[in-house]
Amino acid sequence: MYAEFDLHVPADMDAALAALAENGARGPIMPIAGGTNMIVDLRARSVSPRALVSIAKVPGMRGIEIDDARVRMGGRTTVSDLLRHPELGQIAPSLVESARLFAGQMVRNTATVAGNICSGSPAADLVPPLLALDAEVTLASRSASRSLALADFFQGYKQMQRRPDELMIEVSFPRPSANATNSFYKLARRKGDAITVVGVAVAMRVEGDACHDVRIALGSVAPVVLRASGAEATLEGQPASAERIEAAARAAMEAVSPIDDIRASADYRSHCVHVLTRRLLTEARAQLAREGAGA
Amino acid sequence: MKDAKIIRLTVNGREREVGALPNETLLESLRGLGYFEVKSGCEKGDCGACAVLLDGEAVDSCLLLTWTVEGASITTVSGLGSVDEPHPLHKAFIDRGAAQCGYCTPGLIIAAKSMFDNDTREPSEDDMRLALSGNLCRCTGYTKVFDAIDEAARIMRERG
Repeated sequence: MYAEFDLHVPADMDAALAALAENGARGPIMPIAGGTNMIVDLRARSVSPRALVSIAKVPGMRGIEIDDARVRMGGRTTVSDLLRHPELGQIAPSLVESARLFAGQMVRNTATVAGNICSGSPAADLVPPLLALDAEVTLASRSASRSLALADFFQGYKQMQRRPDELMIEVSFPRPSANATNSFYKLARRKGDAITVVGVAVAMRVEGDACHDVRIALGSVAPVVLRASGAEATLEGQPASAERIEAAARAAMEAVSPIDDIRASADYRSHCVHVLTRRLLTEARAQLAREGAGA
Repeated sequence: MKDAKIIRLTVNGREREVGALPNETLLESLRGLGYFEVKSGCEKGDCGACAVLLDGEAVDSCLLLTWTVEGASITTVSGLGSVDEPHPLHKAFIDRGAAQCGYCTPGLIIAAKSMFDNDTREPSEDDMRLALSGNLCRCTGYTKVFDAIDEAARIMRERG
């Protein structure tokens, strides 16, 4: 590779955070996990770090832990790790579906959940389901660690809350309750190894007739992956009637600001946000009704 | 210019050392060591021609920095078998005519091997399509590739 940089491969977390703390006037030092975006960006010279800090040899950062309250993924957990977990498909089908449709096998075996988030791309496939699952991210630096809602992490196109000296060490979300559902749909030009045209994730639970904790997240249709809060409010506390679902889908469409590009026009993306949001909400209602009837 | 470092790797069961600069990729290191079966294609993680097994999982060697895989075990398509003792995947690719120009073949076989070892030994067509979603072949149209993987899977299951 022609791009030149220095590389640190620390053997533990303390050394990794110390290396990142050297960030300063001499040029940026950036963390690298799977590197499936970073190496491409380095080759294209769209990033030019002075040094990279690889977390490949930092122990204890890869794995998924599930207890009664939360699902926790270490900062180096790969996309394939999501697919191979025996329980995750039941708990978070939206996240597993997005992992299944993520790039190609070799990239899934290498790319990390945290890296997908930190790429900051509006087309990052794991982000809509993670937003719909109300995920939280944990950032560590040499001086402190902090957790914040994923929804607050993104500030603008490829603008995020991560400071240069911070490393994303964990991504977690509350374990959905039994009367809850979550789903994801990726619309792309091909089924495999394709960049998303529109990604929609939906999560909600029902109590009696009413929907609660409705979360709708939309990918590839704005500078950041969006929560469609207007659409969520249309359904929150209400019965999921066909009219309400249609109103929510329309509100989701009104929340987006897509662009024309080589993959699709802005108009087509808006239209598909409407259609796919309605479809996922309708399916969620049907699934919860079936499960409610079976209980 | 940064300094090179000696990196130790096990490649196809053999201990190897390579002097690598910080920006050297595993693809460059492997070809530098003479493993020319590892092909350079897109160098973006789209085509899968450079796929190798890294500690048993298929990865694109063009997207990994050599320093970050120090001490790892690498298997290339040549490490799966030999002309005298081909792997069932090797044999099925030949028998089924699944290779045409051959450039993508090493990566396809590595991706299929990783699927057998990590995901499923009884792949459906959907499983195969998922496993091969990061491999581009511009000759075969994939049909014979899927036939070959299906046959290799059957032979491997029969062997137990």
